Amino acid sequence: MKYVDEFRDPELGRALAGEILSLVEPGRHYKLMEVCGGHTHSIYKFGLDDLLPENVELVHGPGCPVCVIPMGRVDDGIAVAHEPGVIFTCFGDMLRIPGSEGSLLEAKAEGADVRMVYSPLDALRIAKENPDREVVFFAIGFETTAPSTALTIKRARAEGVPNFSVMCSHVTIVPPLRALLDSPDMRLDGFIGPGHVSTVVGARPFEFIPSDYAKPIVVAGFEPLDVLQAVTMILRQLAEGRCEVENQYTRVVPYDGNPRALEVLSEVFELRPHFEWRGLGFISQSGLRIADEYADLDTEQRFSVPGVRVADPKACQCGEVLKGVIKPWECKVFGTACTPERPIGTCMVSSEGACAAYYNYGRFAREREVV
Amino acid sequence: MCLAIPGQIVEVVDESNRLARVDVAGVHRNVNIGLLDSDGVGVGPGDWVLIHVGFAMSKVDEAEALETRRQLQAMGDDYEAELEELKASVIE
Ligand code: SF4
Repeated sequence: MKYVDEFRDPELGRALAGEILSLVEPGRHYKLMEVCGGHTHSIYKFGLDDLLPENVELVHGPGCPVCVIPMGRVDDGIAVAHEPGVIFTCFGDMLRIPGSEGSLLEAKAEGADVRMVYSPLDALRIAKENPDREVVFFAIGFETTAPSTALTIKRARAEGVPNFSVMCSHVTIVPPLRALLDSPDMRLDGFIGPGHVSTVVGARPFEFIPSDYAKPIVVAGFEPLDVLQAVTMILRQLAEGRCEVENQYTRVVPYDGNPRALEVLSEVFELRPHFEWRGLGFISQSGLRIADEYADLDTEQRFSVPGVRVADPKACQCGEVLKGVIKPWECKVFGTACTPERPIGTCMVSSEGACAAYYNYGRFAREREVV
Repeated sequence: MCLAIPGQIVEVVDESNRLARVDVAGVHRNVNIGLLDSDGVGVGPGDWVLIHVGFAMSKVDEAEALETRRQLQAMGDDYEAELEELKASVIE
């Protein structure tokens, strides 16, 4: 329990570890998926999987928004960034995501005006400061981030900023979970539900997991104690033969979400019929596009976006990592050809990505074990 | 970009665009607080919020905010990088 002393309440940490031990049936293997990259990060950082009994396995899910962006979408972004007069803005994590012929960072080195921004509102400000240029914001993220883009679009409309548009690559959390649950090679016993997404959508949208698939899900915060508590709650449900949605993170997540955020989402965005996910392929009704009423602010209406589809590189096993089928270190190129400095796959780019989180923290723990 | 970082609202600087100046570990920047306007409650000076990409995402109590900050500081580089990005942000 080497990290427990760093917890907010080390006693509680030990107590939870003990309770977990008492809840597991010997001989039964438990496979729990943490949906969110923030949890993955916490798990490796604090060595939480070392605190769990051997038969409780944590597998990583598809909840890192940077990791799920397919190559083709990066290529589309780069094509727009190379249009004359364009200032292309995106979050820092997006810069290094590999497309089929390089990343946005490389496009920048070749002369495209690519700028990292902290907020979509920074992109809007850049548009107002550069009225003779076209400013594009490459919007990514789950429902956590999409309301911020939506409010920015509404403000651009209200202020009549003619040279600002959004290349919308927002995704929604429920469809990939359903796709995972429907896939035949997947055997999961329960889910640690995403915390930040749920501040927006609430815990209610996850009710299909117990009702349609008879699995428990516990929405959880990001502190190590939160994750341990969620594991305890899932195991308790399994021990008692229950499956329901429980909310461990009530101090931040209201069961019904944030009504204002949901309202702006439905006003500004529509579901796309299909959207491609890195490694998971096309999932229907899983991505957002800008609603017709705001079409003038849609980059895909303003420029001809190639809409390329590129197969993931052969060596890349991000799809299997995102589905929890393999662990990061089981990918053949992990830590050799694929590193955070020179990523082949997306999971190595963002620090929330399972491969990067494991590369940065986990492998040291494993190496120590081996020694 | 995935981190939500705690900050305390100092003052509302633009009522119509719902912008407030927040203090994030001594760094003062503007963020949008419009997503917390539901039901007419909203947030104001003194309130602690979790901030994501320049928007206040949820209101939290002070103890929760300080504990979250302590945990983020323990993360080291990622939190530092997020703060650097926040410092470069100019929302007006
Ligand atoms: S090591 Fe690289 S290529 Fe392999 S799954 Fe991880 S990110 Fe993808």
